[in-house]
Amino acid sequence: MEEAVKEALKELRLENDEVEIEILEEASKGLFGFLGTKDAKVKVTEKVVPEKRAGRILQQIFSYMDLEVEINTSDCDDYIKIDLSGPDLGILIGRRGDTLDSLQYYINLSANKRAEKRVKFIIDVEGYRQRRQETLSRLALKLADKAKRKGRNVVLEPMNPHERRVIHTALQNHNEVFTYSEGEEPYRKIIISPKK
Amino acid sequence: MKELVEFLAKSLVDNPEEVVVDVIEGDKAQVLKLKVTSDDMGKVIGKQGRIAKAIRTIVKAAASKKGKKITVEIV
Repeated sequence: MEEAVKEALKELRLENDEVEIEILEEASKGLFGFLGTKDAKVKVTEKVVPEKRAGRILQQIFSYMDLEVEINTSDCDDYIKIDLSGPDLGILIGRRGDTLDSLQYYINLSANKRAEKRVKFIIDVEGYRQRRQETLSRLALKLADKAKRKGRNVVLEPMNPHERRVIHTALQNHNEVFTYSEGEEPYRKIIISPKK
Repeated sequence: MKELVEFLAKSLVDNPEEVVVDVIEGDKAQVLKLKVTSDDMGKVIGKQGRIAKAIRTIVKAAASKKGKKITVEIV
């Protein structure tokens, strides 16, 4: 029986907790070990575990890209963080993180396919998201200062919802400016305005 | 790069065995034509082409590493 399951897992390239096993026929040693011996029959059904599927899909993508990437997954309550590290991973970040965002969007779709319970994934490469957040917060404070000094609106370049949120949050409790967004995605941008 | 596009599409669609990628070699660029069943079209294109854009961005990154210019068309 165990052997039949092992065999099936190997063929499906899945791990124990990614399948449901149903025993169709028990193995039988037969009489005296030679009369009527029977192999066990099991039915193995895939049960999608998004975090496992995500790791496997990423590994496959990186092998097609000839990239050596270490994948670390951590559970953060309402989402799963996937940290990627390795040499020359700049191409996974792309311009202003657009490759990283595409990869993250793709994994959120593909890893959750046929999953009973969807999981949200956030992917980072070598701490890029953290660094970008710090850069954006600093930029926000600098531009708030400019808006205040010149007494007029400062218009930022278009940003995605996540980056806009970082700016709004950074200036949320600012005494001298307020922020709002204008325009349609993907060209929506933030305006920093001095309080009168 | 053909294998990458095939894999990216297969992991999204309901009929992976129907995914076909044709390669058209140009002088400077390579065009990859991705074919899926009509039921699966939405799964590789997405609202406002968001999924198609993500696939193209990933493939472009992979191609840039190999110094190639590649376009992905969905037909």
